[in-house]
Amino acid sequence: MVTTPIDIVEPSKPNERARKMAIIDTDIHNDVPSDETLYRYLPDRWRRYHEMIGLRGFYGTSYPRASRNAARHDAWPPSGLPPGSDLGFVQSQLLDTWDIEYGVLNCLRAAGRQQNLEYGAALARALNEWQVEDWLEPEPRLRASMVVPYEDGDLAAEEIDRASQHPGFVQVLVTARTSEPLGRRRYWKLYEAAARNNLPVGIHFGGTGGRPLTGAGWPSHYLEDHAGMPQAFQAQVISLVCEGVFERFPELKIVLIEGGLAWIPPLAWRLDRSWERLREEVPYLSHPPSSYIRKHFWITTQPMEEPPQAKYFRQLLEQLDSNDRLLFATDYPHWDFDNPDRALPSHLPPPLRRRILADNARALYRFEA
Amino acid sequence: MAQPLIDCDIHNQFPGLLALEPYLEDHWRAYLNESAFVGPDCNDYPAGAPTSFRPDHKPDPADPPGSDFELLRQRTLDAWDLEYGILTGSYWVQSVHDPHLAAALASALNNWQRDHWLDREPRLRASLLVPGQNPELAAREIDRLGGHPGFVQVLLPVRSHVPYGNHCHDPIYSAAARHDLVVGIHFGGASGNPPTPCGWPSTYLEEYAGMAQIFQSQVLSLIAEGTLDRFPQLRVALIEGGFTWMPSLMWRLDKEWKGLRRDTPWIKRPPSEYIREHFRLTLQPLDAPPAKEQLLQIIEQLESEDLLMFSTDYPHWHFDESEEALPSGLPEPLLSKIRAENARFFYRL
Repeated sequence: MVTTPIDIVEPSKPNERARKMAIIDTDIHNDVPSDETLYRYLPDRWRRYHEMIGLRGFYGTSYPRASRNAARHDAWPPSGLPPGSDLGFVQSQLLDTWDIEYGVLNCLRAAGRQQNLEYGAALARALNEWQVEDWLEPEPRLRASMVVPYEDGDLAAEEIDRASQHPGFVQVLVTARTSEPLGRRRYWKLYEAAARNNLPVGIHFGGTGGRPLTGAGWPSHYLEDHAGMPQAFQAQVISLVCEGVFERFPELKIVLIEGGLAWIPPLAWRLDRSWERLREEVPYLSHPPSSYIRKHFWITTQPMEEPPQAKYFRQLLEQLDSNDRLLFATDYPHWDFDNPDRALPSHLPPPLRRRILADNARALYRFEA
Repeated sequence: MAQPLIDCDIHNQFPGLLALEPYLEDHWRAYLNESAFVGPDCNDYPAGAPTSFRPDHKPDPADPPGSDFELLRQRTLDAWDLEYGILTGSYWVQSVHDPHLAAALASALNNWQRDHWLDREPRLRASLLVPGQNPELAAREIDRLGGHPGFVQVLLPVRSHVPYGNHCHDPIYSAAARHDLVVGIHFGGASGNPPTPCGWPSTYLEEYAGMAQIFQSQVLSLIAEGTLDRFPQLRVALIEGGFTWMPSLMWRLDKEWKGLRRDTPWIKRPPSEYIREHFRLTLQPLDAPPAKEQLLQIIEQLESEDLLMFSTDYPHWHFDESEEALPSGLPEPLLSKIRAENARFFYRL
């Protein structure tokens, strides 16, 4: 594919202010170059399955996206490999250009949502082994989320316990669109394993669980698919809180990745007001819903809502009351990449900017300074 | 003299199928009796849930809350000295999968509302129930009664089979435009789709709180599918879905539109402009933040004084004292607009 590089990302002169601050990118997407790579790690049975049947998720749910692979046009490496699959290019285009101290990989290969659960588990394990060998071992700045067959608690827990043995894995990855709301019992073993291994669970934009994309049925356009993702995130926050997951797993940490953040305060208020009337239905909740949100959730920045006035953004941060929970993310190599120099509002006070750009992530993922 | 007040969300619950018998054809009457039909398969307001009714709004345990005309009149029109009250009886015929039965039920309910509510009380206005899952039949019902001055809105449940921006719904909007009616999208419904993009939640609390996300999806749909460009006169009321989420939705949609407008060239302006022009939201439930100034911040962030319309959501339980129904500290003319003027203009009262 021929693409014209568009010079919208690399600053011609590095922004001095940003340069002085450390940057930790909490959402980078790495991809498998080809099936051949995967076959290095897949047992014969599942390699044959992969060749014969292949990925079989909840189909009928896709919308043609803004660009090929939903990627930045300039993220296709000279090697001809797909965006995010060439470590050398990711190093030069992302890690070196922006002097990123640590980056968290979120591989979005669809292992977690395979209808054939054991095939999904085999894929997840293969992807994690590939991440160790091709990403974590060669590049000390990178950490990774583990891919898990999250629709099955036992299989997910098994992979979490196995993959946790490598220190490069810092998080368990699930998606915002699952087959059932994430507070339901079928996911509890996943949380138990994450908590046992001291790992946050990251809920990332996307996924398909075989349900219409909205509570009102199937929409028509990619715009609705993309802009409608916060509705799935909200459903997950509601479910995790109201099912009492945090009463059961008091140490559990959830990271909302690529879901936006401005919807969180109004959701917390609505939940609190509803809970005041309906709390008899959920007697196991010992605190108002908002206090679980405040305590157990971290939030990545990209794609951040952009209010028309700086004042509103300050109000939002005040309402959110979570300055220690915001984590900077670029979403490289996707089309809606956030530039570390320009994504955060210019009016943010430097101490807060520093926390969002690096300190909060360093504390959450326990990165060495 | 007291400042005018218009209540945009008063639930007149219909007492039972017996009340509809005079309005149903023999065939449907027999069908309903023989099948022991008990009503749409819908549980928006569980009978014992504290959200479903304020204790003093349901003196007789046997009566569905909101079904007693005299009590409703006392507790809403008289107690609040309302200039107008808009009835939003939500009997979701959209959950009846047979579209012809749904249409027959809708017609019977509308006739019943006309005879038993509108004819008895000049301060009341009502909402037309329509079989929205079959837009052609829905349009027929709108044409049948849309000219009656008592009906000011077509009512649709927020939980739809297909999002309301989809072109298949256009006959409903054409008919609403012919009769200059508001389209009201209201809490609840039971299309068979799960209420979240991730399936069915376990508790009513989740379903109740999560209804706001479905409103968000409908707003996005009506903008993204160009409905508001095809029907530039369309007026949409979002009823009983809260409103504190609206600024965040505007910000998100405006940003998305900047990035993706190439894919949807029929969207001519930032989504927030469509929202301010075409949508209005009822006040209750307030979903109020703990700090009063934060509620005022949200109202400021709407960047329009025209969007909110007073409602009590009678007989549902959102507040105990009348003073809690409106946020305190609202400046004029915003307060007067929320109390009555926005609704007066929007519903042409």
